[in-house]
Amino acid sequence: MTLEEKVINIIVEQLDVTREECVLEASFIDDLGADSLDIVELLMEMEEAFDIEIADEELEKIATIQDVVDFLREKGVQ
Amino acid sequence: MKRRVVVTGLGALTPLGNSLRDTWEAAIAGQSGIGPITKFDSSSYKTRIAGEIKNFDPLQYVNKQEVRRYDDFILYALAAADMAVADAQLTISSGISERTGVIIGSAIGGLTTIEEEFKNLLESGPRKMSPFAVPAILANLASGQISIRYGAKGPINCPVTACAAGTSAIGDSYKTIVYGDADVMITGGTEAAVAKLAVGGFGSMRALSTRNEEPLKSSRPFDKDRDGFVIGEGCGIMILEELSFALNRGARIYAELIGYGCTSDAFHMAAPPPGHEGAVRSMRIAIGDAGLNPEDVDYINAHGTSTPLNDLYETQAIKSLFKEHARTLMVSSTKSMTGHMLGATGGVEAIFAVKAIHEGIIPPTINLDHPDQECDLDYVPHLARKKEINTAMSNTFGFGGVNAVLLFGRYKD
Repeated sequence: MTLEEKVINIIVEQLDVTREECVLEASFIDDLGADSLDIVELLMEMEEAFDIEIADEELEKIATIQDVVDFLREKGVQ
Repeated sequence: MKRRVVVTGLGALTPLGNSLRDTWEAAIAGQSGIGPITKFDSSSYKTRIAGEIKNFDPLQYVNKQEVRRYDDFILYALAAADMAVADAQLTISSGISERTGVIIGSAIGGLTTIEEEFKNLLESGPRKMSPFAVPAILANLASGQISIRYGAKGPINCPVTACAAGTSAIGDSYKTIVYGDADVMITGGTEAAVAKLAVGGFGSMRALSTRNEEPLKSSRPFDKDRDGFVIGEGCGIMILEELSFALNRGARIYAELIGYGCTSDAFHMAAPPPGHEGAVRSMRIAIGDAGLNPEDVDYINAHGTSTPLNDLYETQAIKSLFKEHARTLMVSSTKSMTGHMLGATGGVEAIFAVKAIHEGIIPPTINLDHPDQECDLDYVPHLARKKEINTAMSNTFGFGGVNAVLLFGRYKD
């Protein structure tokens, strides 16, 4: 499973959206109907799943699925 | 002229059933909803029985995400509100949204979420707390989530008056309509407190029955062998409407809410005073509010918790207010079947009072095998009774000395 697929699996589960909606450029707030609390919860799930820590400053930079994937790659997640 | 308030929709979720129909059928069949606690391991507790909601599927009412995020007391409220709104065939259109309010009471709010999140906090630290913890815990979020779901933009509130919370909610909703602040109110009580903190805490007060070997017989109001209340969970919600508003839309009317009385004991944080004069006054105020006399009351759905003090003092209060008529009127405690659903109890029992008028059937007090000598009223023992009645009262009393009483009447033009 690619990193993108793993991330999208978590998003589908957490945000109750369809896989089709989860294109990489999808914005959590504008396209996937998430609010700021949803994003906090989602990134907590990512921390758990990939055993990393996401600082609050980093959280603010994350708007799209691609942003999450890029961020995880930077942290060395495969 | 005073604005009149009628009941047009009912929804319930109780240890007796996951709909009003199932709950009512079980109640008039005299069934008990009490059983061993399954929600947590209660083996080290003195009390190991409760009235739990069984086989509830929240996905019938909300999505997966909501199930994960909301405490059960909110999920129960969303389910019962859904049933009540559907039962009333009410559409909250933009034209009436600002005249539609929500008041749902709860004694405690998200107690299980408090337990889980505090455990989480201690074990993993504050960074691991859910961002949805606080809105799952706050007691007013049952009202909040219902208002969001239906676009109800009128008055909103949440009385947290312990075991009277559901009654306070309905009483305040009634006044909100009478005062002209709303035409429609979604109101009642909800509770999901079959939880370690509640069973442990009430247990420590020696308030709970420990009849663990006979759950079906554990809640026995007015019986000489009663040994405390049994915690239940549930939700009862009703739709109240201003009479002309209901008539204009052709709504079915179950009954009229004709009086509300609320008083405080100013006596003790948990115990009622002997004779329970605060209860006498709240019943008297509700009857006066309706412009009736005590002898006009046909049936009282009692608070009847199955604790030694409540049942004795409530009986004394009824005798002191109703005098000779106390021998004639019917009094029953449906907590003998549902257990004590704390903040939800007022919502559910108000519905029982309304159904008693609408159906002409009085639900019984079960397990009244050996009535306490000093509890000597007609408690409708064991079996439901068919009887046409015109008025039904619902009593609930809460810690902190709250006495809240509703009076319903048969609707007449």
